[in-house]
Amino acid sequence: MTPFDHFLEALTLQGGYNSALVAIGAGLLGAAAGGAGTFIFLRRRALISDAVSHSTLPGVCLAFLAMVALGGDGRWLPGLLLGSALSSLVGLLMVEWIARRTRLSEDAAIGAVLSVFFGLGIVLLTVIQTLSTGRQAGLQTFLLGSTAGMLTSEAVTIAVAAALLAVLVFVLRRPLTLVAFDPDFAAATGVNVRHTDLAAMGLALLVTVIGLKVVGLILVVALLIIPAVTARFWTDQVSRMVLLAVLFGGAAGYLGAAVSATAAALPTGPIIVLTAFAGFLVSALFSPVRGVVSAALRRRRFQRQVHRRQGLLALVRGEPIYDGLTLQVLRRDGLIRRDGVATLEGRAAAAKAALDEARWSLVRSERADDPVLERYDGLTPLEDLLTADEIAEVDRRLPSPEGVA
Amino acid sequence: MAPVELIARSGELVDDGRKDAALAIRGLSVSYGAKAAVFSVDATLPLGTMTAIVGPNGAGKSSLLKGALGVVPRLSGEVTVFGRPFKEARHRVAYVPQRASVDWDFPARVIDVVLMGLYRKIGWVRLAGRKHRETAMACLERVNMAEFAERQIGQLSGGQQQRVFLARALAQDADLYLLDEPLAGVDAATERAIIAVLQEVKAAGRTVVCVHHDLSTVAQYFDRVLLINLSKVAEGPVETTFTVENLQHTYGGRLATAHVEELALGRGA
Repeated sequence: MTPFDHFLEALTLQGGYNSALVAIGAGLLGAAAGGAGTFIFLRRRALISDAVSHSTLPGVCLAFLAMVALGGDGRWLPGLLLGSALSSLVGLLMVEWIARRTRLSEDAAIGAVLSVFFGLGIVLLTVIQTLSTGRQAGLQTFLLGSTAGMLTSEAVTIAVAAALLAVLVFVLRRPLTLVAFDPDFAAATGVNVRHTDLAAMGLALLVTVIGLKVVGLILVVALLIIPAVTARFWTDQVSRMVLLAVLFGGAAGYLGAAVSATAAALPTGPIIVLTAFAGFLVSALFSPVRGVVSAALRRRRFQRQVHRRQGLLALVRGEPIYDGLTLQVLRRDGLIRRDGVATLEGRAAAAKAALDEARWSLVRSERADDPVLERYDGLTPLEDLLTADEIAEVDRRLPSPEGVA
Repeated sequence: MAPVELIARSGELVDDGRKDAALAIRGLSVSYGAKAAVFSVDATLPLGTMTAIVGPNGAGKSSLLKGALGVVPRLSGEVTVFGRPFKEARHRVAYVPQRASVDWDFPARVIDVVLMGLYRKIGWVRLAGRKHRETAMACLERVNMAEFAERQIGQLSGGQQQRVFLARALAQDADLYLLDEPLAGVDAATERAIIAVLQEVKAAGRTVVCVHHDLSTVAQYFDRVLLINLSKVAEGPVETTFTVENLQHTYGGRLATAHVEELALGRGA
């Protein structure tokens, strides 16, 4: 079987019970991360959520050691997750405390907490490797995630947590939006900004904890942020952005898990993140709303409109045109001949442009308060904005309506 | 007056005017770190008035509003709104922050921003209904922005953004409006539109307070003035308070005397 066959199998959930479980689990995780991550991204708190996720490692290791010491199975997942949640909570509160109580800025606090917690975690992990008890093998998969051996109970845990996150995001969407957009207004209307920020971080923490097994703690921040950034390219509304981020995150998780199922050595977390990044790249380039390509095209079209207008006005005044692009635009539209002389159409268009200029100039000088002035952009004809009667009135007041070339 | 309750022998609070005031601030201090931005300011703003808060840059005008609203923590002081502690009367207050304080590239349309003013009424969970949308549109009509309802807020000019903020405050349907520099950096047409709306609001018996930077229009737009520079210099009706002497106290040597006299004399124009 080729890798592609494996991929198709995994995609259609035919690749065996385990890979189906992983794909569904990763999809749900991605969806939950996308929803929660939207508000992290809008509040510009991506780095804090990175500190939160890195802070899980000492907790995982300490929980393992504690469970071994108590004579149990060191890899009992609920225990490990509880440990990770507690230590990342400590990390989060430390960042908060440092930023609020000292003169250090938040990014310094993040850098300090992230690296100290992660360093401590790696030391503990190394110590654990040297132990001979507790079946420590596999603990390091929490770093980058693994598809190997997901249990039904783990998939169910992810599903339950994802459902809980969906409810929380729905209930908290208004305070989260308000605090992200305008924290001063939010505070004045009685929203507790600090509690709202902590709640958002709580959502990120929940995503991190359930994502440990699948994507690993190093890369879970990518799953929070990339789907949200991708969604931002497609909409200008928070409500739609959340739904799109859920969709993109879910798709990245599902597809990424399917890809990583094609070869045993492929780590799940990085593959899911790269899949999400592919979606981001396509969106950044080709989104019709905010994509790079469409922005360049819009700019080009606008530039040509400006050159056309400037060229027409030059024709009216009988000025020579030297600008290459202006000449090209006028020629392409059949407004001038190859030798630069205006065609019949060109003269008509030029007269129309001159009339429009004169109308605008009159309105701008005599009707300073007219709301139509807000629509003035140098290109939009006044005809399109006023009624025929209003235009007639303007024309009556023009110094000489025939004052056109 | 310090933030000390005056208690007469009978045990009743001495009425120092705060019961009848729309906004009464007593001994309000605000600091960032160990440097005071506002120092022990008292102010009593009567119902149905339109007050300009005036003072030089860094005099604590914005901080006074933020401290009164609890947006920044207060070091000391009490704030009452319509005779009630601020926290109990918060729903009767609308706030317009400085336009530059938010990211206008935020994914929101004009109508979405105005709907934020209705969140209190709608609640956290309920979806915004047609009635709420109509209310928001009516507020946009009042500031001549209805045709921009579906626009992304980043595509608006500065003056248009300011009018959207005003519409959001109108949607809060408050009795007291606190505005931070609503006329900063807006075009002349917007300035007239905003002042017209605020005067409507005042005519409806509500109270308006603006941080205002343009001394030349104080007398024209407002009926009361509160002059501050860290602490309060003077407050009262424009006719008696917006004087050469008080302006000199507020601005120190920063204003040329001739200029100040011109401003003070030009009032009521």
